[in-house]
Amino acid sequence: MVHWSAEEKQLITSVWAKVNVEECGAEALARLLIVYPWTQRFFSDFGNLSSPTAIIGNPKVRAHGKKVLTSFGEAIKNLDNLKGTYSKLSELHCDKLHVDPENFRLLGDILVIVLAAHFTKDFTPACQATWQKLVGLVAHALARKYH
Amino acid sequence: MVLSAADKSNVKGVFAKIGGQAEEYGADALERMFVTYPQTKTYFPHFDLGKGSAQVKGHGKKVAAALVEAVNNIDDLAGALSKLSDLHAQKLRVDPVNFKLLGQCFLVVVATRNPSLLTPEVHASLDKFLCAVGTVLTAKYR
Repeated sequence: MVHWSAEEKQLITSVWAKVNVEECGAEALARLLIVYPWTQRFFSDFGNLSSPTAIIGNPKVRAHGKKVLTSFGEAIKNLDNLKGTYSKLSELHCDKLHVDPENFRLLGDILVIVLAAHFTKDFTPACQATWQKLVGLVAHALARKYH
Repeated sequence: MVLSAADKSNVKGVFAKIGGQAEEYGADALERMFVTYPQTKTYFPHFDLGKGSAQVKGHGKKVAAALVEAVNNIDDLAGALSKLSDLHAQKLRVDPVNFKLLGQCFLVVVATRNPSLLTPEVHASLDKFLCAVGTVLTAKYR
């Protein structure tokens, strides 16, 4: 059972309140595909991913980034039940999408960097620690139903 | 993993911009690493790891200097970091997984202090560079 302190919950919700889910999601997914190009293997039907510019401008990348981060928002509303929140998505990523869970960890790290760039000095060490904990737990929840 | 000419240029650009603040970046990265990944503190039982610790600042300065040296010799990282590589293999024996953790924290520091510098392309190059440094430092482990 995951424990969240009052301070951690505060750091999560206060940051999230200021996040533009569409922009942040698009940026995080684009950076994942640029920084770790092998992750493009899951998106062969996304069209032009031939350069960073193409990736950033790709409407399917933007849309999918928004979808992924919207789901993150659900997790934040259910911090005490991440396993339940991601149960179906975990099955989907294993059985249908065949995504190596390592990719969830990579995206989590990228998301932390995107948030850091957005919040700059307000992204304190405590804030970073809390968010790394959150992305780690989300990655874990998404991997939980793998078999 | 090979650093392209563009990667080298991007990394040199970052460190040119950071300039004399590299020491602060190093200390900030270490502080964040200890807070975010508490298991990394196990390598520093002899340090005061409290906020503002002079020892952490001093060590951050050392780490930053090593990175700057690596950047200045980016065409021969193995050569530039050879002594440090020996040190990590024979004496320090920091588990390889930890270099990735410090790398992540360094990227976060660049992001918080200089967000406009960290374009996706530069982010990719810097991540590659930090991975390459970690690889060199652990190359002689066995």
